[in-house]
Amino acid sequence: MEVGLSHFLVVSTALLSLGIYGVITRKNAVMVLMGIELILNAANINFVAFSKYGNFGLEGQVMALFIIVLAAAEAAIALAIVLNIYKTFNHVNVDEIEDLKE
Amino acid sequence: MSESILVTLSIVILFLPLLGFTTVLLFNKKFPKLYLFEVGILIGAFLLSIVVLIVKLSSYLDTEIVSSFTWIDFGDVPFLGRVSVELGVKIDNVAAIMVVVVNLISLLVHVYSIEYMRGDKRYNRYFAYLGIFTFSMLGIVITHNLLMMYIFWELVGLSSYLLIGFWYEKKSAADAGKKAFIVNRVGDIGFFIGILILFTSYNTFTFDTIFEQIAAGNLPFGSSAWLTAAGILIFMGAVGKSAQFPLHVWLPDAMEGPTPVSALIHAATMVAAGVYLIARIFVMLTADAMLVIAIVGAFTAFIAATIALTQNDIKKVLAYSTVSQLGYMVMSLGVGAYAFAFFHLVTHAFFKACLFLGSGSVIHAMHHEQDIRNMGGLRKKLPITYASFLISTLAISGVPLTSGFLSKDGILAGTYAFGSLTGHWLIPVIGFGVALMTAFYMFRLVIITFHGQPRDQHKYDHAHESPFVMAMPLVVLGVLSVFIWYTPLPHSPDAGWFISSWVKTPHTVVPAESSFEFMVGGAAENAGIIHSEMYTEAMHHAHYPAMFLSLILGGLGILLAYSMYQWKKIDPDKIAGKVPGLYKFSLNKWYIDELYDAIFINPTVTLSRALAWFDNTIIDGIVNGSASLTRFISALSGLFDTYIVDGLVNFTAFFSGFIGITFKKIQTGKVQTYIVLVVFSVILLIFIVSPF
Amino acid sequence: MNGFPILTLLTFIPVLGMVLVLLMPKDKEREIKITTLIATGIQVVLSAVLLMSYDYNAGGIFEESSFQFIEKFRWIEITGLSWLGTVKIDYFLGVDGLSTPMVLLTSIVAFIATLSSWNISKSLKGYFALFLLLDTGMMGVFVSLDFFLFYVFWELMLLPMYFLIGIWGGTRKEYAAIKFFIYTLFGSVFMLLVMIGLYFSTQETLADGSAVFTFNMLSMMDPANYTADGILSPFNPGNLRFIAYIALFVGFAIKIPMFPFHTWLPDAHVEAPTPISVILAGVLLKMGTYGILRISYPMFPEITKDLMWYIALFGMINIIYGALCAMAQKDFKKLIAYSSISHMGYVLLGMASLSTTGINGAIFQMFNHGTITSMLFLIVGVIYDRTHTRGLDDFGGLANQMPVYTGFVTVAFFAAIGLPGMSGWVSEALVFVGSIGEEITRILAMISTLGILLGAGYMLWALQRIFLGNLKEKWSDLTDLDGREYAMLVPLAVIIIFLGIYPSFMLDIMNTSVNTLVEFVSVNVSKFTLSGL
Repeated sequence: MEVGLSHFLVVSTALLSLGIYGVITRKNAVMVLMGIELILNAANINFVAFSKYGNFGLEGQVMALFIIVLAAAEAAIALAIVLNIYKTFNHVNVDEIEDLKE
Repeated sequence: MSESILVTLSIVILFLPLLGFTTVLLFNKKFPKLYLFEVGILIGAFLLSIVVLIVKLSSYLDTEIVSSFTWIDFGDVPFLGRVSVELGVKIDNVAAIMVVVVNLISLLVHVYSIEYMRGDKRYNRYFAYLGIFTFSMLGIVITHNLLMMYIFWELVGLSSYLLIGFWYEKKSAADAGKKAFIVNRVGDIGFFIGILILFTSYNTFTFDTIFEQIAAGNLPFGSSAWLTAAGILIFMGAVGKSAQFPLHVWLPDAMEGPTPVSALIHAATMVAAGVYLIARIFVMLTADAMLVIAIVGAFTAFIAATIALTQNDIKKVLAYSTVSQLGYMVMSLGVGAYAFAFFHLVTHAFFKACLFLGSGSVIHAMHHEQDIRNMGGLRKKLPITYASFLISTLAISGVPLTSGFLSKDGILAGTYAFGSLTGHWLIPVIGFGVALMTAFYMFRLVIITFHGQPRDQHKYDHAHESPFVMAMPLVVLGVLSVFIWYTPLPHSPDAGWFISSWVKTPHTVVPAESSFEFMVGGAAENAGIIHSEMYTEAMHHAHYPAMFLSLILGGLGILLAYSMYQWKKIDPDKIAGKVPGLYKFSLNKWYIDELYDAIFINPTVTLSRALAWFDNTIIDGIVNGSASLTRFISALSGLFDTYIVDGLVNFTAFFSGFIGITFKKIQTGKVQTYIVLVVFSVILLIFIVSPF
Repeated sequence: MNGFPILTLLTFIPVLGMVLVLLMPKDKEREIKITTLIATGIQVVLSAVLLMSYDYNAGGIFEESSFQFIEKFRWIEITGLSWLGTVKIDYFLGVDGLSTPMVLLTSIVAFIATLSSWNISKSLKGYFALFLLLDTGMMGVFVSLDFFLFYVFWELMLLPMYFLIGIWGGTRKEYAAIKFFIYTLFGSVFMLLVMIGLYFSTQETLADGSAVFTFNMLSMMDPANYTADGILSPFNPGNLRFIAYIALFVGFAIKIPMFPFHTWLPDAHVEAPTPISVILAGVLLKMGTYGILRISYPMFPEITKDLMWYIALFGMINIIYGALCAMAQKDFKKLIAYSSISHMGYVLLGMASLSTTGINGAIFQMFNHGTITSMLFLIVGVIYDRTHTRGLDDFGGLANQMPVYTGFVTVAFFAAIGLPGMSGWVSEALVFVGSIGEEITRILAMISTLGILLGAGYMLWALQRIFLGNLKEKWSDLTDLDGREYAMLVPLAVIIIFLGIYPSFMLDIMNTSVNTLVEFVSVNVSKFTLSGL
């Protein structure tokens, strides 16, 4: 059997689902971040897959690279935020941080 | 002496008493003797007026001296041309004689009052008031126009008000003053409207100009009915001032004033002003107007005489006799006997002033007793008063050798002639009837007061003859009531200078068709007595019958009085008892005062109260009601605003709040919840958007 | 007098005084009073100066050139408004025979009212400041010839009056003040509407040939200035001139006050302090009749002519109704207030006759009523100051206790009754001369003469109740007039008697203008009617 577009899509969907699941269910902020990375990577797979099978040229791969750079930057900032959250609350438990409600 | 000097003199005479009035009124606090200044002024005015009279009668017997100035100038009035109001003086023989009469009586009353009023707390002010009265009265006499007549007419009303109410602490005096002023005002309204009808038609108030216009056939509003109306309306003024029926009610009440005032104002001069006014407008009276005047005069003479029969207050009897005699004069003018009306005015002024001053002397002697039933036998105590009083009584009763005989007979002859010429016989009948009653009640008064035995011994014992200043005026006036001053022949006024040359009847200016036939016709120039041959003839025929008739009736009246009160042959109480209704009717003055109270005074007061209530409750109620209504509406709109308009606003807020609270629950603040929501929403969106 | 702004000075001297008063410290009471007295005194002097250089032959009324002491310059000008065109409001002052007597009256009454304000003690500074402002408003109404300016002064006067009654008044002062204020405002709203209507109906041609809308009263009187389609233009067949006339008349009638709009008057008078009553009766009431003569008559001649009978009818009702109501009063001040209503009826009656004598009489009556009623209110004030009561039945026999006072009362009362020799009679007589002279008002005028009788009735009755009879024990320590009271009563008494003897002094001032007015109204009747075009 030939690996086709749908296989990539299935994988990326699975990754997205795992990522979302992680983002929603994990309590630890770092774990949530990791979920986000999964989601980003699911998107990356899609970009690359469509770049290969669709008639779009190389834009998809460029976008994938861009996302990787962005993910790195995002991870850096997010971790800095998490660090600050830790400094403020002494924990990084997302479901206990409800200050947005105020 | 030139005319202008004569005019100047009469203006000086006019203003002298005003000078007295202002001086005394302003400075009476500082100079308690200031009343002497006022008396002095009157002496001066009297002497000057004698000069004026002599000059007038000797040099200008048949000239009218007129002088006027423009008081108000309306300039060039649109559609009318130049309109102005002229004031001025007119001195004819009548005016010159009246000026002397007024000044003489005023002077005598001033002198008399020095003693009579002594001790009064407003002594000086009394003389000041006499001053302004004299001023106003002279103004009426010498005016040459209706407006000035009206001005001074009102001013005598004022002085009359002030003097009647002089003892204003007494309610009756204050009431009487007010009544006099208001009742006079009723007549004055008519007078004023009458004047204005003439002014509207002729744009002038001047007598002579108006008469010229009428003579030229230019009638008010083009109709002789309006001329009649104007005449009657102006006559209304005389009805008020000369106390003619139905406005005579104020005069008897006016006796609340000091007695010298009654003599001066309410007997001799002011009340005669009405007669003087009619004489002034005599030439413009139409036949209808003259008839009305004659009837009013006759009726007044009759009513007053019947009332005088039963009165017991010495001044009331004299007051009603004054009303009655004024009725005579008015009637005389109404029947066309112009000269005799004026003649009677003068003679009456003297003898009635004498009677009033005499009654004042009696009242003074009896310590303010006015009821004749408490007098009697006073002739021994008051010989001078008695003598003068008796002469005057003889004069008013029409006994030969007195002035009253001459003038009264003239009037009666006039009515007789009038009756024969027009067929209105009722007027002479009343005239002669009144002559009988006059003789009766005047002698009743004399007999009860001066004859017989004293009824109040205490007062009688203290009575004493008045001092010189009070007796002198009585004597002067008594002497003036004798025939010799007016005519050399005691039975014929025509022979005298007064009637034959001084006072000439002016010729009527009314168109022939609206005048009495006897008023027009050719003027009998030679006699100078009356306007037409016809009337002269009738008067001539009437002279002797009237004289005998009045002599008989007068004598009968006197006889009756003597037999009732002197010889006691007839008991007056018995007669009164036989006709109690009539007696009461007369004693209560025909119930006219009560009638007026019931139909004019009370309804007016009630109406005024009702209107005040109406004003306060209805009109102001509407205003306040509309204010309340506005407030009510504003309250309503306030409610609307609070609950509906503002309610809507609040509901919006409330609703948003409600929504907020409801959806707040999903606002957990947990990022993960939001993400769940986002994910579900996205999935939902996909399903919605997707074509399947 | 060319170039000397005498009318501006007359009008604004009180404002200057007001500023000075406001700058003074509160406790300088005497100085404040003196300042006010000087300000009103200057007004009297200025109006005397005005009279001295007055031209007795200038008619005024509709012709700018025959107005005197004119001051005219552009006050407000807004150009370039699309449909409004140019808004042009002039500061236009001038006097003629209608206004000069009123100017004299205002200055005299204001001066005497100042004297009578001497024993005001409650917040003195505010009182005199408001008083002076009121003075400006009154004077301004009589001298302005621009409708807008007229309206400004008309309203300017309301406010101080409201406070003067509402703060310094008697027991029901708030009620009286608000009643006065709202009633008058109600009237001026009508006036405002008519004013704006007239504004949009008349156009004035400027020097450069362009036509602009204008508030100039004199332009409003000229039929040639009306536009073809203006709402109040006689050239517009569907015009509302009749309604406008009635509205304007109601606005003025409230001020007069004419039956049935008169009920604010007794309340305002009874509650107002004496000097304010004096101002109210002496000057304010005249504005209504002045307005009718100045505005309604020449601007609406055709309707005036049609309504003569009705104006006379209301005059008659005022005379008789006012007199009867006065007769029933038990409060001295209320009696005088109702007598005012009665006396203002003569003004209406005289005006209604539309004749020289009648209108002369009406204006003269306005002046005389101003002086006589002022005197009457001062008289009430004198006795109220001493006894703090005004009930007619509370007195009796004061004639012996206060003889000089009684003397002045007698003068004032007989002047009010209309005794010849006093000014009131001359004007009443002229009113009757005029109104009986004109056929249309003749019968009504004859009925109105009843007022003379009723007047004598209630006045003499009041005189008797207060002054005649025996003195009541409790009043045995009343004192007669003091110097200040002399100072306020003597001038009025002198004026009343002087004008009674020599009325030409005043009549000559107004006569030419009145002739002009009568002629103008009669001539313009046809020009203002459609059929006559």
